[in-house]
Amino acid sequence: MADILLSSNFQWVFVSAVMLGMAAGMMGTMSNLRKQGLMSDAISHAALPGVMIAFLMTGEKDLMFLIIGAGLSGLIAACLIQGIHQSTRIKEDAAMGIVLSVFFGGGIMLLTIANQVGQGKQSGLDGFIFGQAASMIRSDAMIMGVLAIIVMLVIVFRFKEWKVVLFDPNHAKMMGIPVKFYESFYTFLLVVTIVIGIQAVGVILMAALLIIPSVSARYWTHSLLIMFVLSAVFGGISGGLGTLISAFGEGLPTGPFIVVSSSVIFLVSLFLGSKNGLWIQRMKLSKYKSLKSSHDVKED
Amino acid sequence: MNVLDVRRLSTAYQNKVVLDSLSFSVRKGTLTGIIGPNGAGKSTMLKTLLGLQPKLQGEVEFFGKKLETEKKRIGYVPQRGAVDWDFPTNVLDVVMMGLYGQIGWLRIPGKQHRQKAMEALDKVAMTDYATRQISQLSGGQQQRVFLARALVQQADLYFMDEPFAGVDAKTEQTIMSVLHELKEQGHTVLVVHHDLQTVPRYFDQVLLMNKKLIAHGPTEKVFTTDYLSKTYGGAIQWLEGGFNGRHPVKQ
Repeated sequence: MADILLSSNFQWVFVSAVMLGMAAGMMGTMSNLRKQGLMSDAISHAALPGVMIAFLMTGEKDLMFLIIGAGLSGLIAACLIQGIHQSTRIKEDAAMGIVLSVFFGGGIMLLTIANQVGQGKQSGLDGFIFGQAASMIRSDAMIMGVLAIIVMLVIVFRFKEWKVVLFDPNHAKMMGIPVKFYESFYTFLLVVTIVIGIQAVGVILMAALLIIPSVSARYWTHSLLIMFVLSAVFGGISGGLGTLISAFGEGLPTGPFIVVSSSVIFLVSLFLGSKNGLWIQRMKLSKYKSLKSSHDVKED
Repeated sequence: MNVLDVRRLSTAYQNKVVLDSLSFSVRKGTLTGIIGPNGAGKSTMLKTLLGLQPKLQGEVEFFGKKLETEKKRIGYVPQRGAVDWDFPTNVLDVVMMGLYGQIGWLRIPGKQHRQKAMEALDKVAMTDYATRQISQLSGGQQQRVFLARALVQQADLYFMDEPFAGVDAKTEQTIMSVLHELKEQGHTVLVVHHDLQTVPRYFDQVLLMNKKLIAHGPTEKVFTTDYLSKTYGGAIQWLEGGFNGRHPVKQ
């Protein structure tokens, strides 16, 4: 067991998984504030066929190609959802449901083909479903880590602009901020974050790493900056813990453990969160009630 | 001197014409009430003027120039419902966002920006709420925060979309005194307004519209029963008894 922890390969994977979790936590904060939590789920499911097509075309499991394939099919899915929603009477949630299932179904079909005709089975393509951080080699981990850091830097360096665009896009436009560019760029960053994570976390559960940390963070703060920081911390812990646990057991999927870790953080936040937690709300209510009753007594 | 020139401005939602060839000019230092029934396209006109919604045709000039170069001289106060008030931020922070256009990229708001924001909050009597989470504000307080965010910009021309809708008396008074102060200092303000009774007291210019421009000019000339019934399609009978056909300002 200790051998695994000491191997430099695992250390790279672990650090990259933490970086990924942090970047996902920050991107997830944006998605949540834009009320687009489900969009990330649709994009990550839709990444699967891209991975498979890239594999079938190149015949090898080169992460860079797979990421590009995943990114393209994720972007196409995002555009399709917007297109269906804007040009028909179909609502956005229904459009997401259609695109998500069609792309994911197609991806599974291609996965079956890849497993039968190529060396898909040996390559561990199955790992893209639920994630297999332990199967990552050092260069994969480096790609993931570096891209995650870039995503974070882009958010940090334009924090002020992102904030106005998130809060009031029209006001941002009036101040000369190119809102259309920021919105497209947001989708691009979201796709990047998702596709770099699919090998470690898996397409099915990648959305959890985006959505759950930021929802948890909201229970602790009323400040956007702190929400970003906390969400990154929660995401980092979830990503790290999930990777650690899955590394202990042979062939344990990473995604589910990341979800379990982040869910624990979420439950603690939900009940004990210092700003919106259920406990603090109850306390405020009972304080108000006792104030009110003592006031009533005086009036009598 | 004109601060706003609009020529044959038209826009449409899908196949429905919302603004039909509006032309008017607004002079510097005026306080204009934009009046019309629901669905008359008042908010749409503001958004179209400011480039927040595409126009079908027409030309708009601010200070004799195109919008793109003059954006910093224009302040916009949207309807309260335009944003999510559960957003994680506080009052002072929202007002400071009004300064982001001036602070510049990669810079962090400093002490002098905080100072300016506090001054703006003082004008709308909201300094006590500076650190308050915005979800805990009443409707009137939200409106005053929006007004402060626009004031801090120190724009020359302000557009306000129904700032008086559903606010308490104190907020209404505060907003009104701010509007008059702006006017006295030579700023120009256009306000979408619903309450006909307060129009003569609040505005020196009135713009009546119902998809088309009905009338535009000094309140005492334009805010008349004739024009109003044209605007509202004859559903304005009650004014006859109340105002007796005359203008309250002249009484």
